[in-house]
Amino acid sequence: MNSSSTVLDIAQLHVAAVARQRFRQRVTMLLRDVSLSVQAGEVRALVGESGAGKSMIVRTVLDVAPVGVKILSGQINLLGLDWLKTRALERRAHLGKDIALIPQDPLTALNPVLRIGRQMGDLLAQHLPLDHNARRELMLQWLDAVQIREPMRVLEQYPHELSGGMRQRVLIAMAFSCKPQLILADEPTTALDVTVQREVLALLRQLQRQHQTAILFITHNLGIVAKLCDSATVLHSGMVLEQGSVAEIFSNANRHQAAAYTEALLAATPRYDRPGEMLTPVAPEVTTALRQKAAAFDKRYANEHRIQLAQAD
Amino acid sequence: MLTTLNPRIFFGCAVLLALVFTAVFAPWLAPHDPLTQDLLYGSLPPAWSVGGEPAYLFGTDTLGRDILSRLIFGAQPALIVAVAGAGLAAIIGVSLGLMAGFRGGWIDSSISRLVDVWMAFPAVLLSIVLVAILGAGLGSVVLAIAIIDWTRFCRVVRAETMQQAQLDYVVSARTIGFTGFQTLTREVLPNLWPLILTLFTLEMGIAIVVEAILSFVGLSVSSDMPTWGSLIRDGRLYVNQIPWLLGLPVLAIAITVLGLNALGDGLREALDPSVRV
Repeated sequence: MNSSSTVLDIAQLHVAAVARQRFRQRVTMLLRDVSLSVQAGEVRALVGESGAGKSMIVRTVLDVAPVGVKILSGQINLLGLDWLKTRALERRAHLGKDIALIPQDPLTALNPVLRIGRQMGDLLAQHLPLDHNARRELMLQWLDAVQIREPMRVLEQYPHELSGGMRQRVLIAMAFSCKPQLILADEPTTALDVTVQREVLALLRQLQRQHQTAILFITHNLGIVAKLCDSATVLHSGMVLEQGSVAEIFSNANRHQAAAYTEALLAATPRYDRPGEMLTPVAPEVTTALRQKAAAFDKRYANEHRIQLAQAD
Repeated sequence: MLTTLNPRIFFGCAVLLALVFTAVFAPWLAPHDPLTQDLLYGSLPPAWSVGGEPAYLFGTDTLGRDILSRLIFGAQPALIVAVAGAGLAAIIGVSLGLMAGFRGGWIDSSISRLVDVWMAFPAVLLSIVLVAILGAGLGSVVLAIAIIDWTRFCRVVRAETMQQAQLDYVVSARTIGFTGFQTLTREVLPNLWPLILTLFTLEMGIAIVVEAILSFVGLSVSSDMPTWGSLIRDGRLYVNQIPWLLGLPVLAIAITVLGLNALGDGLREALDPSVRV
């Protein structure tokens, strides 16, 4: 594998929720001209507040967007494939194998009535030509790799018998188990408490280094970005505001104007080197300006493409 | 799961086992042939009352047939109708319900409208019409029950599937390359088994009642097969002279249906995933 090759390349992606109002299609823009790419072996952070469109990007790539959400224009190049034009059958062969998801909430991402072994086994059976014993062997190896003690016992257990941290480890094991080239991690630690978060992140980083997996890491925690990621993309109102290496994002934040939001975000992050200091909330002017920019974009886009926007609030 | 055995489950299982046992071993359990007439011993009262014969524990009907034997043999059609009718209704209802709940869109709307229209017909009337069209016989009764009552399964399974389809693990299944069919059978269906099992036991009780109604109006099986419904019909004519002729089959139906409903309710509690998880 060429280390400089691009695993995921999203170009000028426009996504909208399309609703029917009185026999007319009305659209609400969700992603506006989003371009971002992930190189092989790279950990890229996707940063932004709730509603910025982070998860929407992941769901669009994985083809599990909610009903009514449509891609208006743009391209997704995944693993060298023109993803949006690839047939569903071929896409399914890659999903879970070459591209995997670590979901946000480990408490709901596992089926409550199926044993862990069955759920891991189903994934392996879907993509790898292994017999029963080889599958079991591989599952034990992976559970061991995510530092689960007594993997034999865990295979026989139901999700509710495991703690949140354990379940997230199982999900991480599952995501890595078919050796994917890209993992989409959708805020994998938000549902965990802080100490467990630390362990899970350390584990994730270790496995990533070991297998040279590219990760698109969605988070709103800048501390995690600094610790875990190589590069970052800052998102707001479905628009990419800034991207670059983590060092650039953190240090050069105030050099260019587009980075006003990033700067505000950084100021709003607690810092261990300045204990007791009050945090500065993101100024309303900053976000209002961004929303206005988004609204202006929508108007232009709607005019150009002759679509009706849903009534703005 | 079932570590603490719910008394309702216990009672329901006992009734169900008794029904199965009686139906399977009817030829050995029954003291007399249920069809043999003995006009010399017609309308005998139960053995323990004045004028009763010890050979006829629950007495005889007007044609001198042993009531106990007829009751015992009546368990056979009841069990067949309960299992086959409920089973067929479940197969139709669950498959349509899964499809409607998972696919959504026009498939969902058409199946749901069909269910609405279906349920607008009075069930008893519809079953009588159906059996009249299909002709009498156990097969027609089973078919009629399935055709009428699949809607029960369909509605419940559809609603539950819709709820399941939005859950994270179902979405996750799509992201590991599962097809829609795989997601349904391997992720959604296992979560529905408790529900389907509960509905199934309840439906068995309903099927027995429907069969009795059809027998009562003379549209079920031919008269050479005693059913509880036909016993009730015979008993109705002589209710003032020989009340036990009516009372005993009613009691048999009541206990069976009560047992199956108790089993259904008990299972619903015991298998509820929210209690287990």
